[in-house]
Amino acid sequence: MITKEIYRSLGLSDEEYQKILELLKREPTLTELAMFSVEWSEHCGYPRSRAYLSLFPKQGKYKALIGEDAGGIILDDLAIVFKMESHNHPSQVEPKQGAATGVGGIIRDIFTSGARPIALLNSLRFGKLEKPYNRYLFRGVVDGIQSYGNCVGIPTVGGEIYFDTSYTGNCLVNVMCVGIAPKDKLMRAQAKGEANSIIYAGASTGRDGIGGCSVLASSEFKEGEEKRPTVQIGDPFTEKCLIEATLEAIDTGAVVGIKDMGAAGLTCASSEMASSGGVGIEIDLDLVPRREEGMSPWELMMSESQERMLLCVKKQREKEIIDIYSKWGLNAVVIGKVTGNKELILRDKGKIVAQIKAKDLTSAPLYDMPYKEPEYLEELNKLDLNKIPKPQDYNEVILKLLASENLSSRRWVYQQYDHMVQTNTVLLPGLGASVLRIKGTNKALALTTDCNSIYCYLNPFRGAQIAVAEACRNLVCVGAHPAGVTDCLNFGNPEKPDRFWYFKNCVEGIASACKFFNIPVVSGNVSFYNESPQGVIKPTPTIGMVGIISDLRFITFPYFKDEGDLIILLGKTYEELGGSQYLKEIHNLIRGDAPSLDLSLELALKNTILEGIKKSLIKSCLDCSEGGLALSLFEACVWGESIKGAFIDNLEFNIREDAVLFGESTARVVVSVSPENLSSLEEIARNYKVPLRVIGKVSDQAKLIILKEKFCLVDLDLEKAYKLWRDSLESLIMV
Amino acid sequence: MRFGVVVFPGSNCDQDCFYVIKEVLNEPVRYIWHKEKELKDLDCIILPGGFSYGDYLRAGSIARFSPVMNALVDFARRGGLIIGICNGFQILLEVGLLPGAMLRNKSIHFICKYVYLRVENTQTPFTSLFREGQVVRIPIAHNEGNYYIEDEKLPLLYNNKQVVFRYSDREGRLKDEFNPNGAKDFIAGIVNKEANVLGMMPHPERSSEKILGSEDGLLIFKSIVNWHKKR
Repeated sequence: MITKEIYRSLGLSDEEYQKILELLKREPTLTELAMFSVEWSEHCGYPRSRAYLSLFPKQGKYKALIGEDAGGIILDDLAIVFKMESHNHPSQVEPKQGAATGVGGIIRDIFTSGARPIALLNSLRFGKLEKPYNRYLFRGVVDGIQSYGNCVGIPTVGGEIYFDTSYTGNCLVNVMCVGIAPKDKLMRAQAKGEANSIIYAGASTGRDGIGGCSVLASSEFKEGEEKRPTVQIGDPFTEKCLIEATLEAIDTGAVVGIKDMGAAGLTCASSEMASSGGVGIEIDLDLVPRREEGMSPWELMMSESQERMLLCVKKQREKEIIDIYSKWGLNAVVIGKVTGNKELILRDKGKIVAQIKAKDLTSAPLYDMPYKEPEYLEELNKLDLNKIPKPQDYNEVILKLLASENLSSRRWVYQQYDHMVQTNTVLLPGLGASVLRIKGTNKALALTTDCNSIYCYLNPFRGAQIAVAEACRNLVCVGAHPAGVTDCLNFGNPEKPDRFWYFKNCVEGIASACKFFNIPVVSGNVSFYNESPQGVIKPTPTIGMVGIISDLRFITFPYFKDEGDLIILLGKTYEELGGSQYLKEIHNLIRGDAPSLDLSLELALKNTILEGIKKSLIKSCLDCSEGGLALSLFEACVWGESIKGAFIDNLEFNIREDAVLFGESTARVVVSVSPENLSSLEEIARNYKVPLRVIGKVSDQAKLIILKEKFCLVDLDLEKAYKLWRDSLESLIMV
Repeated sequence: MRFGVVVFPGSNCDQDCFYVIKEVLNEPVRYIWHKEKELKDLDCIILPGGFSYGDYLRAGSIARFSPVMNALVDFARRGGLIIGICNGFQILLEVGLLPGAMLRNKSIHFICKYVYLRVENTQTPFTSLFREGQVVRIPIAHNEGNYYIEDEKLPLLYNNKQVVFRYSDREGRLKDEFNPNGAKDFIAGIVNKEANVLGMMPHPERSSEKILGSEDGLLIFKSIVNWHKKR
């Protein structure tokens, strides 16, 4: 007998339970109820977000592939497959395993498509490091990522990390994986062909992670809850063997379709494979390999034990597949078969415990969510620059910024990740985008993740547009054409109208910017309910972007190379400081409006840079973002194998000095060129109507000098500043 | 000459080594599955990096009991060339083909970065194309690369010319801040007394192509081929 307490404890509402009764025309069994609860959860069925996700463009310059799990783009004979996903709630509860299994889950999404995973990136958000618990979370998450990613042999090549009070009760762990497959070898997450076999492969099933997606990820954190048992435990060694075995299995041609058992485990894999293939599936639960005694059918169906796959295999070729998995020391068992009746039928000890139309499970309800602009926003957007005192000592401001938790070097983190395995990494992690060559071709991929959640908090539509524009800029700076987007949309409780207003505006912002740049959104993930008694997170729509470098010669590095090269600022700086790191770190203010954004100028800038790179005019290229021009100049000086200096004597000071140096106006890039190439670059910039100004020169002295006419605003010893920047994050953690 | 790359479950640099031998060095190469027992067709065996059998215990401690091990030890005894990189070095220590042991990095963290190495001995099959004292740039990526050997055994290691690579700065100076993992006496790579078995923590296969930022590692593979031709 199903009571209100039972279905509510599974996260189902009264209306949803009524709908289940209507669909089944009878009371569900406990197993069926559990299956509906996970499939209809926000994590799996997207009932609250689906309507808006349809706004995203699905095609662009490169042909897009949009499948069941990951999506991708076609590049010649290859498919570049990628996806980003969150593992926020598990990481807040158990940081090491939460992050590790986040990595494991996204990797499976990639190789189930038949693609070999070639890169991982992660976008992380924590509360401020002054709180011991936040340091514990940060260290735990980094440890989880390194332990899993390093062992499976996929390089972690990039990402971003930010600290902000709003993430104190709810950290964010967004992981992106990129893979490559021959385009004719791609797999779908579908079951097809009556009497074909359903094979379970990989680790055995235990009671870990039950309710992970429906109970943990689909509600807010409340006071004093114990949710640790809902977090899964990862085993990267098994995953590594699972990758090799699965790619080998797919290569045989005997696999019809395949899906990993991640969120909602066997329920999700079986119902979605059946539904997507338009068939039915029968499973005998007694055959499911298990690691615990006495598991009931609903536990087997809900378990989120890691490193498991479900395959649909051609009749009579089962042994071939099972042999491959056993060679790698893994379970592979036929647990069921494909049927023609479109129903999912589960048997336990010979008795039917669930019989549901697969489509009913995968057609989650669709809700029209109310939304409303928060009342505080109008006041928050006001910023009177006259009340912001200008700094006395600019050296001090730069030092403070580059030692701050958000702008200091991420070296302590990325050196713990193996970022070179697979020997493709050309541009190592640390700044903007990372670059990986594609073996067997003359091409390379550029990868980045981006989101400034302060901008999104102040102005969600434009903030999200800026995240797209900046990701593009990061890719363009290394010589790449932006080609495809995956997103991970992190917000608070969608049932609260102000939270949903942020979600709606951010999605519309991403959609409009992607349409403008002609880039498809090929995959993604929504994570709601990111809030706790300590408040809601700032809206964080993370953009993961993949770009194509069409010739290895075009790969461009961010750092200054040779003394005497001219330093050029492309783009225009406005008197805007709203939402800047300067305002936050130096004046302790998070307010104003996000920087203005001119998408046409961003596009013109992209064309200028890519043409300049193609004609071998540009020696180095780095965009201006958080911390403004001053931080970009600093990074371009110190990032190479040896430190260079910059002598900047020709900046335009028609606005406040602090806005010139630390303002975060968009569509700006610092490039360096040999003096003889200046006029050619000027001509390109003129054609595209991009403002260009020579602002100084690269020097051999390790100093950053910035003059305003004859007055020296900045005179920074870069050896010392570099060490401070490099070591600050570590010293903030090791207290 | 014919190379073999051992594949343990959990190896993850096997394909990288294979690629360098086949595509960069243009020499014949095949994979050796960890259950194989016959290695007579090979001239040089690479034990690649990774996490053999998950390495949940101590790095290399399970691989030492792997079915391929007897044949590998036999191959070494008969003078075959073996190069163990990273996890491969750890396995060679565990199986006793090389002296010493690995401790966790001094920082207690995994470290992945480029380091400088000073070549200490060019009289081995693996280093004949280097100059004595040459400084090379090759990356490391490991958790347990803190080489340890008892103080009293260290002089013997030098007397036998077994120390091949040491961590240094760009000018070849030995300084603590350029010792990435706390290794005893800055030791990054050693050979056995007969000099046919090399173990090294840095990854030469990651620095064998210009596009990856360094070709210094390729000299090791080229030295091997060069030595074999002259035999």
